[in-house]
Amino acid sequence: MLNRRELLRAMGLTAFASHVPALALASASTDARLVLVVLRGAVDGLALAAPYADPDYRNVRGELTLAKPGSANGLLDLDGFFGLHPSFDGVHERFVHGEATIVHAVASPYRARSHFDGQDMLENGGDTVGGLRDGWLNRALAPVAGDHEIAIALAQNTPLVLRGDNSVTSWAPSKLPDADADTIARLQRLYAGDAFFATRLEQALNSREIAQGMSGSSRGRGNDARQFEEMMASAARFLVAPDGPRIAVVELGGWDTHANQGSASGALANRFAALDTGLANLRTGLGVAWKNTAVAVVTEFGRTVHVNGTRGTDHGTATAALLVGGAVAGGKVIADWPGLGRNDLYAGRDLQPTTDLRSLFKGVLEQHLAIDAGFVERTVFPGSRGARPLENLIRS
Amino acid sequence: MNPTGPVIAANRFGLGARPGEIARVGDRPEAWLLDQLDGPSRLPPAFRGLPESPALFVELQEIRRNQREAKRNDEDIAQKYGRFVREHYVSQTSARYRHAATTDLPFHERLVHFWSNHFAVSADKQPLPAIAGLMENEAIRPNVSGRFVDLLLAVEKHPAMIVYLDNQRSIGPNSRLGERANRRRTEQQFGLNENLAREILELHTLGVGGGYTQQDVTTLAKIITGWSIGGANERGRFADGTPGKFEFREAIHEPGPQRLLGKTYAQSGVDQGEAVLRDLATHPSTARFVSTKLARHFVADEPPATIVDKLTDTWLESGGELATVYRALVEADDAWNPTHRKYKTPHDFVISTVRALDHEPERPQFIVGALDLMGQPPFRPGSPEGWPDTAEQWGGADALYKRIEWSNTVARRVGSRIDPVELGKAVLGVRFDPESRKAVSRAESRVQGMTLFLASPDFQRR
Repeated sequence: MLNRRELLRAMGLTAFASHVPALALASASTDARLVLVVLRGAVDGLALAAPYADPDYRNVRGELTLAKPGSANGLLDLDGFFGLHPSFDGVHERFVHGEATIVHAVASPYRARSHFDGQDMLENGGDTVGGLRDGWLNRALAPVAGDHEIAIALAQNTPLVLRGDNSVTSWAPSKLPDADADTIARLQRLYAGDAFFATRLEQALNSREIAQGMSGSSRGRGNDARQFEEMMASAARFLVAPDGPRIAVVELGGWDTHANQGSASGALANRFAALDTGLANLRTGLGVAWKNTAVAVVTEFGRTVHVNGTRGTDHGTATAALLVGGAVAGGKVIADWPGLGRNDLYAGRDLQPTTDLRSLFKGVLEQHLAIDAGFVERTVFPGSRGARPLENLIRS
Repeated sequence: MNPTGPVIAANRFGLGARPGEIARVGDRPEAWLLDQLDGPSRLPPAFRGLPESPALFVELQEIRRNQREAKRNDEDIAQKYGRFVREHYVSQTSARYRHAATTDLPFHERLVHFWSNHFAVSADKQPLPAIAGLMENEAIRPNVSGRFVDLLLAVEKHPAMIVYLDNQRSIGPNSRLGERANRRRTEQQFGLNENLAREILELHTLGVGGGYTQQDVTTLAKIITGWSIGGANERGRFADGTPGKFEFREAIHEPGPQRLLGKTYAQSGVDQGEAVLRDLATHPSTARFVSTKLARHFVADEPPATIVDKLTDTWLESGGELATVYRALVEADDAWNPTHRKYKTPHDFVISTVRALDHEPERPQFIVGALDLMGQPPFRPGSPEGWPDTAEQWGGADALYKRIEWSNTVARRVGSRIDPVELGKAVLGVRFDPESRKAVSRAESRVQGMTLFLASPDFQRR
């Protein structure tokens, strides 16, 4: 095991040691590790875990349909009804080992279509936008906190879910990721009407392509996916440090797939692959601590069931979430499946939510971090009585 | 009233709107600008605690003396000079940008930066990094809204300018010391140095093509021989006087009347040069050259001739009263034309970003590092000509990409706490283009929305 100084050195941080907040945690009240991965931009849950056996699946998904398990580039079967996207080799292996659970048709209480507001509600844990100014995971810290910060945000700026009265720490590599491909593509559209900017951005992208020897397809892809993969390895180092934090939050954007989403390969498939690699890096880095770990992977809302006119999907409602880790009582899909028929959809276009995302969070806090159910009900997720905690999420 | 007025006042004439600033401009944007011309009533807090030039020069001399006296291998002392200079560069630049980020008199401050660049001293030779910022505070700031001649005299006599352009080394051939040296023919470096004289004519007053000849440059060089500083040398000759203060040295001043631009200057001593600068300050070429620069800075890369003419006439009629010239600029209708758009320099972009976010970074390196990256390190334009002021010169493709990357960095740092659409409305008001607004509001996260906003053509122009 590394001590703090060795940890910092291992992360190439000794020169910046004075900028790194104290990691010391006198004695954590728990061996459990919790990682929350926030996927910003609204993940298409039907691509993450496809209900391939639903009679309407092929019909509603059109060109985004993923092939059945067993066929080339096919889904990775979960339970004979759902299959994981083929990019999720690692997660599927964990599922087979009983270390991964998929929660489907899940949504926060948010029912509109703004990313900003949707992320706010995902993170503040309330049922109104702006109703709570702090994050639910911060509110959950009081019963588990030791003398020092038990939670860390692997981000430049602590995300809302960890902001609040309880002290948390944060860390990000000094070299920030480049602007991601999606951001560049949006800028190209924004610049389209302005020749001065459009020409120059095009020239800059061409030069970068040459300088970095990038092929046309990976052009402008940016390095943020790789940074996420590395960030998950960093998270593991913090979580195994003897006096380090036990809870970590990591973020990844790039999920707002309005155009050219792709199916078994393409933009979204690449993103899933980065997520899968990041989770594998976390597991490797955690070593024996993996058995005490649960990783919740969530997003602010889902996407439309049908393909739009630009081979993508638009903002929707319910989606899928992952719970992975050695501590997870996995190997199952938790879904009160609403179906994909015309009358089954929310507002005629979205996957109908049947599980409250807070039920997942509440179950994890109570079973994994052993936080008192009454405290969770009153303080962490006030007004969530209707969202009963999911059961049997964590091995007992 | 034109609804774009307050937005243009804050962004084109000011340093970029801070949240709430457009509302504070109110319905008389011209008045909001002109009311700023007196500047702050007292030294802004950011600058308190900076040393004045004389004190700084005393310390520099002290370090040099210690170096001379130290044993040869004392590395600590050897590095001390560079370290001292760097520290002062950092404290002066951080004060400059801290103030720019928060000032409620942004038009005044933009004028300070304009003149500082007009009279550029570049911090690439010692000890300029430690005094360039002091020149801005000591010579420019107090004279920004006074008469141009006072600004000109203060700058040309400031130790930073004199040392930067080597005037303390310029020796009149017929001065007392010059004659003696010439008789001995030993010390060859004794002679005229035309550096400062040339830049006064070419860059500070008449401008290239302003009607002067090489003969005029040489003559002006003679006229300002003796314009030196106290403690120009650490020991021996010219070590006398108050270190870091203007010192006229009769012993090296070229004596006798001089004829410059068709006029004879019979004065003696320092009066001769001052008389020349007084005439140069109100010369028609100066009026036109500087008016053009002002109009280019505030209105458009190719400024409308009507505005340049109006400023030039005002300059000549008022005898170079800068406040009157600024008033003419602010009252020119075309200066408020929404179709004129200036592409922000990196300096403008970084300051306006920090102001928009109401974010005073804890580490000044955040700003200075950004300006280094984007090619405009503070006080280091690399030549007395200063930084260029047109899109053509700042609009490189890679430079734009660096702005995008920096926008992304800034957004990651502060973006998740701020709604980028609200920010756009606060900063650009009625000029927040619907397309930009749509793009920002549809971003997949606040951080991405902030990146798009900062990199948008709307925000990249003023």
